[in-house]
Amino acid sequence: MNVDFNIDVRHLTRVEGHGNIHISVKNGKLAEATWAVIETPRFFEVMVKGVSAERAPFLTSRICGICSISHSLASIRALERAMEIEPPETAKIIRLLAMHGETLSSHALHLFFLAAPDFLNVPSAVPLMQSHPEIVEAGLMLKELGNTLSIVTTGRATHPVSLVLGGVSKAPSKQRLQELKTMIAERKPALDRTTAFFRTLTLPDFVRETEFISLRNGTSYPYIGGDLVSTDGVVHDENDYLLMTNEYLTEFSTSKFTKVSRQSSAAGSLARFNNNYDLLGPRAREAAASFGLEPVCHNPFMNNVAQLIECHQIIEEAETIIDRLLDDDLLDIKADYKPKAGAATGAVEAPRGVLYHHIETDEEGKVTKADCIIPTTQNNANIHYDLHALAEQALAEGKSEQETEKLCVMLVRSYDPCISCSVH
Amino acid sequence: MNHLGFEMDKVKIGSFDFTCCEGCQLQLANKESTLPDFLNLLDIRNFREISSERHDDYDIALVEGSITRRDEIERLKAIRAQAKILIAFGACACFGGVNSLKNRIPQDEAIREVYDGKAIETMPSMKISDIVHVDLSIPGCPVSKDEVERIVVGVITRSQVSLPKYPVCVDCKQRLNTCLFDLGEICLGPISRAGCDAVCPTGKTPCLGCRGPADDINFPSFKQLVIDKQLSTADMREKLSFYNGFVDYLDT
Repeated sequence: MNVDFNIDVRHLTRVEGHGNIHISVKNGKLAEATWAVIETPRFFEVMVKGVSAERAPFLTSRICGICSISHSLASIRALERAMEIEPPETAKIIRLLAMHGETLSSHALHLFFLAAPDFLNVPSAVPLMQSHPEIVEAGLMLKELGNTLSIVTTGRATHPVSLVLGGVSKAPSKQRLQELKTMIAERKPALDRTTAFFRTLTLPDFVRETEFISLRNGTSYPYIGGDLVSTDGVVHDENDYLLMTNEYLTEFSTSKFTKVSRQSSAAGSLARFNNNYDLLGPRAREAAASFGLEPVCHNPFMNNVAQLIECHQIIEEAETIIDRLLDDDLLDIKADYKPKAGAATGAVEAPRGVLYHHIETDEEGKVTKADCIIPTTQNNANIHYDLHALAEQALAEGKSEQETEKLCVMLVRSYDPCISCSVH
Repeated sequence: MNHLGFEMDKVKIGSFDFTCCEGCQLQLANKESTLPDFLNLLDIRNFREISSERHDDYDIALVEGSITRRDEIERLKAIRAQAKILIAFGACACFGGVNSLKNRIPQDEAIREVYDGKAIETMPSMKISDIVHVDLSIPGCPVSKDEVERIVVGVITRSQVSLPKYPVCVDCKQRLNTCLFDLGEICLGPISRAGCDAVCPTGKTPCLGCRGPADDINFPSFKQLVIDKQLSTADMREKLSFYNGFVDYLDT
């Protein structure tokens, strides 16, 4: 078929930040497929220079409005490792519960309000309030549960208040923890209903072999710290994050690209799932089995399903953590420390994938150098090359311009990109 | 829509973001329990982050973020030309926000440091009112959904909208918190505008002034308090500079 068309999606909707898709077809052949981030850069690495270690996590949390807890904890981990501070166990699990809240809320936002409208052929979740009220309600319930976990553990849902160097500045009250426990028990059925609903949706059949990058600690599903691993068998120490990213600039994007063993790689829920399937709990595995999802899955659209499976894992873990905190006197929550010179990397699994903050301090504890590598930055190249392969497949299958565009925007949304984050 | 027995049309609203983390727009989707009712008041004409439908016939524009690139100036002016009421929301829109911290060094130096000198365009961070007239400001990092809801509903129902004039300390005392100054920490609560329910000092971390100065603050007395308590003036400056809300006081 000798068709000519251009697909130009400027400022893609239902994603965080500003990105463009460009597809050009000439004489029925794909001439060009580009993923370009055009977000205004913010220069956080410059902004944080000279800021005290104590204040730095409050600044870097502002890199992202969705995953501010992850950014705060990545900086805290980098600084604690650089200045040899060991936070108390209780503080560590409070932080983990805070991350679970953020991930649950972020996944619920993406699955129900950003991704679901595509599968149901509507422009936003607003019409779904009429057509699928029970699904919108379940999405809101899960998002609110995630936000409440973050509020109880850190003071608020966006830009945490009580995550500080050395531990946490304030422990949650037993009463709030007890209320959270009840809230989880009440809302678990909403997740089961949701899972059943997502099983009814058809995901595009597309596979491009990919190297998946995530953290792995060997004892639990990964959240804070660990080895850097890939599905191609690469393993690096946390401080060697540069070997796992190899950032480079392109002519068409303000966000950098990365690669490891291949021309591109991917981070996120599917990457965590592919590298850590053996560490998932029974509920999450059962949910995965119900979708026929097994590692290593190379269909990027399955990142949506992997997010849903992680919601099961998070809720199961949150219940255990809350029980532990209810049995704890919650007094030992912050270690004393003296500022010192040092350098280290803090790696955490943010909702959208592995996030690195590398920070160097002087003897007064002021930040002298910082480097932040964001999950979406690590997905940009993969999105770019996926778009190429997907557009070629769509052409080969004789799909129309409109069908191809729909597939392309759905592909980008499947990565749940956090674009302003990637152009920090 | 029915309000106090009066039938009213839904208000046509658009939400727009410039240089920022988009955390303030995200707050609009929070407070899930009242979200469907809140959405019922609105006819969302343009909100890229949540909807693929885009129209340019909005009456109210919510604007988030600061301005750091020339194309943003043009986009902002077009929004101003369309909107009957332009609301700047969030510390970045109201004061320039944390982005202003990069204004401390020359912009070409910043580009060299982060992008190895690639031709990336940026300029010193500006607040929205540096470029266009702003009708209402809702400060905060992030904004509080309660306040946004109260102000948007106030605008729709044509009732008086205002921010608290008093400082964060008032709310903090009501929450029975121990004063952070008594714990040896500088807190901007005595000079920052209330309306956040003193969320930071309640979490035992100091207020960094994300809502800017309260009305009629006594800044010299605040500085004296820091000196009397023998606390670090460098720490005070770091806190005052954080969101750029106190830029007019820094050298006083």
